Amino acid sequence: MSNVDLRKLSITLGGNAVIRELDLQVKEGEFLVLLGPSGCGKSTLLHSIAGLIETSGGSIEIGGKDMSRIDPSERGIGMVFQSYALYPTMTVEKNMSFGLRIAGMPKAQIAERLERVAGMLHLKELLKRKPAQLSGGQRQRVAIGRALVRNANVYLFDEPLSNLDAKLRTDLRRELKLLHQNLGSTMIYVTHDQVEAMTLASRIVVMKAGEIQQVGTPSEVYERPANLFVAGFLGAPSMNFIHGELDALGRFNAGALSVGMSAAGPRKAVLGVRPEHIALMDDGPLLGKVSLAEPMGSHQVVWLDCGGHQLSCIVQEARSFAVGDQVAFAIDARRACLFDPDSGKAL
Amino acid sequence: MKPARIGLYAFLLSAALFFMLPLYIMITTSLKSMDEIRNGHLFALPLAPTLEAWRSAWSEACTGASCDGVRAGFWNSVRIAVPSTILPILLGALNGYALSFWRPRGANVLFAILLLGAFVPVQVMIYPLVRMLAAMEVYGSLTAIVLVHLVFGMPVLTLLFRNYYASLPHELFQAARIDGGGFWRIFWHVMLPASIPMLVVAAIMQITGVWNDYILGLVFAGRDNAPMTVQLNNVINTTTGVRLYNVNMAATILTALVPLAIYFLSGRWFVRGIAAGAVKG
Repeated sequence: MSNVDLRKLSITLGGNAVIRELDLQVKEGEFLVLLGPSGCGKSTLLHSIAGLIETSGGSIEIGGKDMSRIDPSERGIGMVFQSYALYPTMTVEKNMSFGLRIAGMPKAQIAERLERVAGMLHLKELLKRKPAQLSGGQRQRVAIGRALVRNANVYLFDEPLSNLDAKLRTDLRRELKLLHQNLGSTMIYVTHDQVEAMTLASRIVVMKAGEIQQVGTPSEVYERPANLFVAGFLGAPSMNFIHGELDALGRFNAGALSVGMSAAGPRKAVLGVRPEHIALMDDGPLLGKVSLAEPMGSHQVVWLDCGGHQLSCIVQEARSFAVGDQVAFAIDARRACLFDPDSGKAL
Repeated sequence: MKPARIGLYAFLLSAALFFMLPLYIMITTSLKSMDEIRNGHLFALPLAPTLEAWRSAWSEACTGASCDGVRAGFWNSVRIAVPSTILPILLGALNGYALSFWRPRGANVLFAILLLGAFVPVQVMIYPLVRMLAAMEVYGSLTAIVLVHLVFGMPVLTLLFRNYYASLPHELFQAARIDGGGFWRIFWHVMLPASIPMLVVAAIMQITGVWNDYILGLVFAGRDNAPMTVQLNNVINTTTGVRLYNVNMAATILTALVPLAIYFLSGRWFVRGIAAGAVKG
């Protein structure tokens, strides 16, 4: 178990600066998720920690030692890839022990490690099979096993669940979380899936265009997003944004919509409200017209037209809506966010 | 059956017949005696089939001064083809592996130059190669001919393996790097075993090419190592005495037998390998 310390890390790929002077501290035993849209540099960052991509500046410290120029195999890491990357001609057993055999570990010790990891991941019956004879979920468990037998200080996951179907993905996600609870190892996990990020992470790092937008626990990032990008990226359906004015008395006004906030203006502002923080109630202060209702099984997403603003809200009760229905609603101002419309930063 | 179908089959059948006709004539002629051939019924089946001409072609036909048949040429060809298949394929795979995964500085330039070699006609390079090999004091030996095949096989083999490795996920290579594999270990333990379909295709191409080669064998192998094609040419062009058409036909079929057998035995693999290179996964 180790901490990872990135200082002023820069990465240049093919002449383009992908990451510029990035600082990030990963605590010992933490499950850190790098979250962002594709092309935001999260995978590049992970690969540089693994030593698979050369850095052009700054340092990578793992367990207090500078690893920026050290070979991937000597950084004390284990890595799991999106495409599993199992050696196609080797059995599960050989796949998992390849690294240990290269390191010249005695056979008895290899067998002991295999035994332990195979037991942990329910791979015992599969040890003699080749990757082609395994299902997608089994392959990814083998890939995880191959990382675990290394007894690494830090485990790196590069979108490990993206190639699996929805059901397997949730199952394996739960297994991964249990694994982290049992092992307590430092894990760094890259994903573009916000559900994975929310469920797995001790802390989430939201990235965009090679820069860190916000670092925080899942609830911090979700409840108090640092800027419009983070606010819009997390949550489905995403946060409602309303452009308007904040007056001197702390009221946010945008046409027919008016909400009392704790901050005061006067200034231009963007109000951000999560769909679950809009409640339909008969004595609500605001009025809207239903423009669309999407039943989701456990709840439904109702789209309201409020003086030209399209708002999505989550309705828990089983009530049916017709397009054009007039409904009254209230916005939970305590849980709404305000952003500066120019910089996008939270006020 | 629809008329279009009938037309299609008629076309395919006549095309097949067209290509089978020479083979038919070769086989029937090789089974006839010279007296029967002189009667001039080219398409007739042999009246009294005999393997005499085949025996003669294999062990008695005269090639210039000696009369040992194409037998000696067969073994020469085997001695040339085995190293000229294994060495270029291993080197081609190694090149493709290095170019695809390690991407050394200037890899693309190197690869472009190598590919350029595939477009230069062999004939242009013969004289310079003769001088080079003579300077190395190996001209006219087994080493010389194997070296020449190694050089001429390199562009296409490198291209084949480079493209095949480019179709494998790069993460496979990265996983092996994290497991501590170096340049050679990843090549021998991960990449080479994963490229069996391509190895089969490359082997088929290389054996066929080397076996069918005439000009390089004639120029570089030297008298003692002359491959079967050169021996065959000598048998057929021997001008003293009667032209033994049956023996010539048998000798020709014997020479073509190895590539033919390879195609028949490996057709399935061949297609699979070509497809593996073309389509990912």
